Amino acid sequence: MSGIVAQDKPDLQIDQDQGNFSYPEDYAFDAGTGLTEKTIDYICDTKGDPDWVREFRKKALKVFQDKPLPTHWASKDLENIHFDDFRYYLSKGAKPKRSWDEVPDDVKKTFERLGIPEKERAFLAGVEAQFDSEAAYSNIKKAVAEQGVVFVGSREGLKEHPEIFRKWFGKVIPTGDNKFSALNSAVFSGGSFIYVPKGVKVKHPLQAYFRINAENFGQFERTLIIVDEGAELTYMEGCTAPKFDSVTLHSAVVELVAMKGAKLQYITVQNWSPNVFNLVTKRGLAHEEAEIKWIDCNIGSRLTMKYPGVVLKGRKSRGEVLSIALANNGQHQDTGAKMIHAADETTSNIISKSISIGSGRATYRGLVHIPRHLKGCKNNTECDALLINSESRTDTYPAIVTRGEGNSVQHEASVSKVSAEQIFYMQQRGLSEGQAMSLSVNGFVNELVRQFPMEYSVELKRLIDLEMEGSVG
Amino acid sequence: MKNTLEIKGLKAGIGEKEILHGLNLTVPKGEVHAIMGKNGSGKSTLAKVMAGHHDYEVRGGDVLLDGESILGLAPDVRARTGLFLAFQYPSEIPGVTIANFMRAALNARRAEGEEIDAVEYYNELYQKMDLLKIDRSFTSRSVNDGFSGGEKKRNEILQMAMLGPKYAVLDETDSGLDIDALKVVSHGVNSLRGPNLGILVITHYQRLLDYIVPDVVHVMAAGRIVKSGPKELALEMEKKGYDWVETPVPA
Ligand SMILES: Nc1ncnc2c1ncn2[C@@H]1O[C@H](COP(=O)(O)OP(=O)(O)O)[C@@H](O)[C@H]1O
Ligand SMILES: [Mg+2]
Repeated sequence: MSGIVAQDKPDLQIDQDQGNFSYPEDYAFDAGTGLTEKTIDYICDTKGDPDWVREFRKKALKVFQDKPLPTHWASKDLENIHFDDFRYYLSKGAKPKRSWDEVPDDVKKTFERLGIPEKERAFLAGVEAQFDSEAAYSNIKKAVAEQGVVFVGSREGLKEHPEIFRKWFGKVIPTGDNKFSALNSAVFSGGSFIYVPKGVKVKHPLQAYFRINAENFGQFERTLIIVDEGAELTYMEGCTAPKFDSVTLHSAVVELVAMKGAKLQYITVQNWSPNVFNLVTKRGLAHEEAEIKWIDCNIGSRLTMKYPGVVLKGRKSRGEVLSIALANNGQHQDTGAKMIHAADETTSNIISKSISIGSGRATYRGLVHIPRHLKGCKNNTECDALLINSESRTDTYPAIVTRGEGNSVQHEASVSKVSAEQIFYMQQRGLSEGQAMSLSVNGFVNELVRQFPMEYSVELKRLIDLEMEGSVG
Repeated sequence: MKNTLEIKGLKAGIGEKEILHGLNLTVPKGEVHAIMGKNGSGKSTLAKVMAGHHDYEVRGGDVLLDGESILGLAPDVRARTGLFLAFQYPSEIPGVTIANFMRAALNARRAEGEEIDAVEYYNELYQKMDLLKIDRSFTSRSVNDGFSGGEKKRNEILQMAMLGPKYAVLDETDSGLDIDALKVVSHGVNSLRGPNLGILVITHYQRLLDYIVPDVVHVMAAGRIVKSGPKELALEMEKKGYDWVETPVPA
């Protein structure tokens, strides 16, 4: 049974049957469908949560139940989520029912083209079972442990490092921030907990793959990252979800804390299947002279709502959001950034690029808040939209800014189109229509992507290629 | 026929309007043919119909490349089959560098996984740029983005040189060029002349044909070829104007 009512979307021209596979429903630990106090108790009992977590979850459940859906400003499509029909917890994945040979060729090819390491391919294709709601971590975990870095799942984090965990958990993003942060707070499982001690500069980016691997199962990761004074970290989150028949809900919460002089970069490249609701809350807290940078690329999903933010709490702290959203036929990307300036001489930078294809829709929502009493604060916001074919739609709800005297704010926005003439020109040079569109899109994001770490810009380019090839013919 | 680009009784138009009214023309490999004609006579339409532009509807006739009809092929397939069009008004592609664009175009002609070698590619590119007196810094500029008219035309010929087509249609490649640029571009085109390439030069000035000397000159009026002759015909056209050929000779 599906938790989300399939909407009449005739323009969703994606072959839903291709690459589908399903899992047996006999999970050893299954909270059943729907969300009540009993579900919470079940989750706590199964996970062995401490009492304070049980209480935290139950409070969050009340907040979730009381809060209305933000349909007044976001999409009415949210009303198609039937929360009672979801499974909110599922810990032990049963062996999926297919072997590598049974994985459809196009799925294999996609993995290959995405350059996903062979070991991970089997997992992503559902051949190897993993704990459904737990994140899978790479071997890097061991390497960084030698530097005193803690890199574990959220469940381990709260049990084994309660002193740090409790201090910051739910502090950057309070339960009641929005309906979906409340939902996550009630049922979270999976996600990462990272602590980087003072002065430690983690050389290699830490990486985790998340995925949704049970049909109709919402995933509610909870990630908390604390980078102590003068320390540095880059974290990469990748999502390559295979295609499923029924619609799925993903609602993560990510909290970042950068202590004095720390640098933290959080990179996401998401490629959701076109039936996923992706409703994510991400925020960082930057102390004095600290720097938090979000690099956020959203491809796919039915609806994504995500506005990474930074609270600039300490003097001279810096916040940055670089984002790319690609809304293909039938998809809606509602993304943006929030910059809350709360100290003097704080700086923020937002660069957002959106691409709308066919009936795809991209919305930018920004919030830049600089209270009047602050001095020497700066914000720069740039929003560029690219439209591919006339149906496409883009909306910009620009920064809501409160200006103090000695603060400077700069805002630029542009909308451009890939014209049929441009595509024809490229086709005349021998590129297929898909390749031509892909090249135009890559051209549009190029300048921004140059600021990304190499491996991510390559992956993003491949994803764009695949997406554009799929959008024609 | 092998080794020819043949246009047979081509009729094409947009909506109610027919622009090409049964046009015949044959360009053998190894030759340069010129089409001269007034503005609005349908020269660009002919070029775009051959290349497969979706605005135009073909209503009769055929276009054969080495004996095979190309009218049923997508524009990119026609291009990879060996047809090149230097556009009268080349499109701008922001953010895509010439180097990347050309590389993508060359790779599109190869099997997947057999991408062109980077060193080999740049050697080739630089050599062709030198031929066309194009500065090396050009490669990192976005395709036609903010280019002067002359730069755009040079870039078209650079692409022709890189892609090595069997048949090339140059649509008013001379427009917007000063005399020095015209000489450079003509030199570039002339150096590509050879037994394996058929060229169709479209222009409405005789001037270009002083530099790219054609084997045959065709005169186009109102969607038809109304007169063909040796290169001297171009001079005659220049002197007498177009009016004396305007009324097509009955077939
Ligand atoms: N896209 C178009 N839409 C409508 N009319 C067109 C279009 N392209 C060409 N035409 C018409 O077709 C005729 C020939 O145009 P064109 O082929 O551009 O001539 P030339 O290149 O010889 O100057 C002109 O009357 C022009 O207005
Ligand atoms: Mg013309």
